[in-house]
Amino acid sequence: MSTVGDYVSRIEGTCGAESDIIVNFRFEKKDEAIKNILKKATLKNTIAGIIFELNYEGVSFRLYASGKAIFRGFKTKVDLMHFLAKLLL
Amino acid sequence: MDIQSIRQDFPILNRQINGNPLIYFDNAATTQKPRQVIEAITDYYSKHNGNVHRGVHTLSTEATDLYEKSREQTAKFINAKSHSEIVFVRGTTEAINLVAYSLGCSNLGRGDEVLVSMMEHHSNIVPWEILSKCKGFTLKYAKVHDDGTLDYQDFESKISNKTRIACLSHVSNVTGIINDVKRITKIAHEKGALMLVDGAQSVPHMHVDVQETDMDFLAFSGHKMLGPTGIGVLYSKKELLQKMSPFQGGGEMVKEVSCSQDHCAISWNEIPYKFEAGTPNIAGAVGLGAAIKYLSDLGMDNVFAHEKELTKYAVNCLKDCNNVTLYGPSELSKKCGIIPFSVKGFSSHETAAFFNEYGIAIRSGYHCAQPLHQIFKLDSSARASFYLYNTASEIDCFVEILKELNG
Repeated sequence: MSTVGDYVSRIEGTCGAESDIIVNFRFEKKDEAIKNILKKATLKNTIAGIIFELNYEGVSFRLYASGKAIFRGFKTKVDLMHFLAKLLL
Repeated sequence: MDIQSIRQDFPILNRQINGNPLIYFDNAATTQKPRQVIEAITDYYSKHNGNVHRGVHTLSTEATDLYEKSREQTAKFINAKSHSEIVFVRGTTEAINLVAYSLGCSNLGRGDEVLVSMMEHHSNIVPWEILSKCKGFTLKYAKVHDDGTLDYQDFESKISNKTRIACLSHVSNVTGIINDVKRITKIAHEKGALMLVDGAQSVPHMHVDVQETDMDFLAFSGHKMLGPTGIGVLYSKKELLQKMSPFQGGGEMVKEVSCSQDHCAISWNEIPYKFEAGTPNIAGAVGLGAAIKYLSDLGMDNVFAHEKELTKYAVNCLKDCNNVTLYGPSELSKKCGIIPFSVKGFSSHETAAFFNEYGIAIRSGYHCAQPLHQIFKLDSSARASFYLYNTASEIDCFVEILKELNG
């Protein structure tokens, strides 16, 4: 059975008060991760065909074609992991 | 300078990122390495690797010669009076910590003051904050104007006869503003204070002359000037280094350790070795020497002029872009190749991630300078920073992509 760790190589909390959280997908699984996310989340907008502005369960975030997603508003990485599990698996 | 020819020296510039040629605009964070530096390190490990000093075998002698040659090159590069005024450290952060702990532990206490500015990198704030709590001295902060320029009047008025050391970035790592460190040094000296200059963003980009400015300490990093990571420099005047206590203890920094059961007598090695405990980063120093040779051959005035041109060109292109805000002074003569900016509707990280999709590397965050971002009323900023291998056509590409982000 797949886990979030199968798709995600690294999660980094950024510096600064706005505290974005950057999720890097594993290179070999990024296309599958993007496909899974696009299947579940609602597409609000695309920018230049490489940024997808999405919403899932009230959470807005941006997904990048090269295999990154940037989230905001999660208090902890654990909360984000729960969210990613719903989104990816 | 022949930029196209220079670019041939940097193998990494041939890389593709996300299917696009790399455009590297994150030079304030670290710089790329020319093959001359890469080859110097490879050559050292392939042919000369040995531990430095007090070795009688050939490899040790060769390693020592290369290590000390780099020290001499470094001294010449910043016009130090003597190579013994050059201490090799890990980087700017360690250099500042060395001064803070060496001076702070034995010379600073209640009633003393240390002055820093609000534009400093955290590496020129945090060591002093930590130490002020232990030693009881007062850490004062000089103001910065809304455009990020130093409030000279405030800085100068806060240097008193209680000030033991004043600390200032030569060039801000956020805005690229060039501070008049000669002027501040003169005032510090008139009040009997020492002057520490954070040269992390100046030494790689312009001619810095420690004798002409008369600064007491200059800290800088090798990796921001084409050299490898893990090597940096603390310059200080000979007479100061001789008076200062060691920062770290261990081998190399002692002349004699004589112990009985209840007593140990230690005498320090001569400068600069007193401050270089343990086996140093020999390959790093060799790489730094190669980087200094590369920069010296190009001429620092040429490097500076090229970056000034790029900055002027980029600011002119960017200032009319919709939804883009530039930070820092409008007068470009006061700054060098660093441009902080934000794009409406995007966090700095989202902006940087967007550029990365096109192979353009910029930095996002608060660049270890949160107090300055508070002055700008920003959580973070995006930052493009240039170096000698960047071109105007790369800036054109950057601006085009920025326009796409704006729709």
